[in-house]
Amino acid sequence: MKRKDSYALLVMAVLIAIFPWIVAGNEYFISIVVFLGINSIITMGLCLLMGYAGQISLGHAAFYGIGAYSSGILTTHYSFSPVMAFFLGIFFSALVAYLVGKPTLRLKGHYMAVATLGFGEIFFIAFNELTPWTGGPSGLSGIPALRFFGKTLEETAYLYLVWGFVILLLIFSLNMVNSRVGRALRAVHGSELAANAMGVDAARYKVQVFVLSAVYASMAGSLYAHFVTFISPSSFGLMPSIMFLMMVVVGGAGTIWGALLGTAVFTSLPEYLRGLEDYEVLAYGGILMFILLFMPQGILQRMQNLLNQMKQRVEKSP
Amino acid sequence: MSEEILSVENLQKSFGGIRAIDSLNFCIPQGQVKSVIGPNGAGKTTLFNLITGVFLPSQGTIRFSGQILNGLKPYRIARLGISRTFQNLQLFSNMTALENVMVGKHPLTSAGLLSTGLRLTRMRKEEKYIREKALEELSFMGLETKAELEALSLPLGEQKRLEIARALATSPKLLLLDEPAAGLNIRETEKLSQTILKIRDRGVTVLLVEHDMSLVMGISDEILVLNYGRMIAEGRPREVQRNPEVIGAYLGEEAGNA
Repeated sequence: MKRKDSYALLVMAVLIAIFPWIVAGNEYFISIVVFLGINSIITMGLCLLMGYAGQISLGHAAFYGIGAYSSGILTTHYSFSPVMAFFLGIFFSALVAYLVGKPTLRLKGHYMAVATLGFGEIFFIAFNELTPWTGGPSGLSGIPALRFFGKTLEETAYLYLVWGFVILLLIFSLNMVNSRVGRALRAVHGSELAANAMGVDAARYKVQVFVLSAVYASMAGSLYAHFVTFISPSSFGLMPSIMFLMMVVVGGAGTIWGALLGTAVFTSLPEYLRGLEDYEVLAYGGILMFILLFMPQGILQRMQNLLNQMKQRVEKSP
Repeated sequence: MSEEILSVENLQKSFGGIRAIDSLNFCIPQGQVKSVIGPNGAGKTTLFNLITGVFLPSQGTIRFSGQILNGLKPYRIARLGISRTFQNLQLFSNMTALENVMVGKHPLTSAGLLSTGLRLTRMRKEEKYIREKALEELSFMGLETKAELEALSLPLGEQKRLEIARALATSPKLLLLDEPAAGLNIRETEKLSQTILKIRDRGVTVLLVEHDMSLVMGISDEILVLNYGRMIAEGRPREVQRNPEVIGAYLGEEAGNA
């Protein structure tokens, strides 16, 4: 982790810590930030996979779903403890990611995108059709809220729990990115041919980072299930997968901070646009097009460039 | 003659009906600079891709220090001690010059996903080692002042030197250079030939593919001439220069027969 990262991390932690006071305990605002945290966990993993290793996943919502349904099914039908279910979800997601990734990531090109699209759809159908366990299209309800020492976690406590995860995973990711492994991933992205010639086992790293990103998504899914206590397949289909992808790209796939910024924009945007009612989708599309046209490197990069330009202008003027 | 580091026996590679490499036999003695020359399309880069495992040979064997390389993955061959540069540069565009060279230290280090993510002490020590060694290779190639610049922002000549620095970072026993002088001016080429000799003096055997004859003739211990995938001559620079078949391949049949 670099020094700049540590400062940004500190600012973020403080903001989250005082957030409940800023909004005077307003549950609506707090729950949005909880969702922001949950989405951030997914997009961080996706950013490692896409921005660093250069692999596209169109099925990440399936891992999110595996986490959510593992927690939901195991705690409601089989009375597992939430912690146990959480880890089993991670195990299932990692296993599925390994089995999907191992054969597809050996190939170059867009096989990975197509394969993840297919397996995402398979899981979406499974969530819909395995009615005895998943409740089918009408969803699975009655998932227990998390309890800590006999007390149910309220909104504010859940906010801290989710963002505790975000911060720990962020530290983990930033450490990894600025290391031998992170460089190997970027090398694979930059030139797979040269990466291999430098002794980097490209196929192995691609599988590793794919499994890691699946684990992140699974954690997010478990946290989501216990927060909303009701899950249905529509949260884990193709549209959410594309949504996560978009958050990463719009913010700037090249850095984890960019992915987090994109997540923040796209998690809060629907809340702002709600007033437009029928025109919401139109405005949404317009904003997306504007960003992609004028900030192809992502919002974060664009902001940094503007900042640098301003600095230069200030230095030039007497 | 000293021990041979690489030996190629009856090597053959076909693409469809075309034999890019045809019954090729040669070896490289340890510590030498050996050059492969030949007209465009003679199979020089194909030979590099066969040695480094990018292509599988259709027939024949390649041995490196006695070990058969056939069928080994490129990253395994790299770990055995064969490194290379590329004719069309393959620098990691999304990294600084220093980071590019740091990737070269990959096979000599071991920290994995978990230990780097958790920033274990072992990993931090390793990271320091990687950085120091990479800086050494950068200054060996005269690029120490460019460490923090984006790799692709460097001029072509420096990008080429950066690729050599990256390859050297893997501590190779055998270094394959694919047209390192292409696009360089006379002064840069002169400097390059000094560098290649310095690399040889570090104990690294060099296999060079190059079109610049002054460079090849000046520093090679031995030269191998390919034409249409076949070896047409092998020997010391002077011998090869006088070989009528070589002259024919380069200047046309008429001149060769005359």
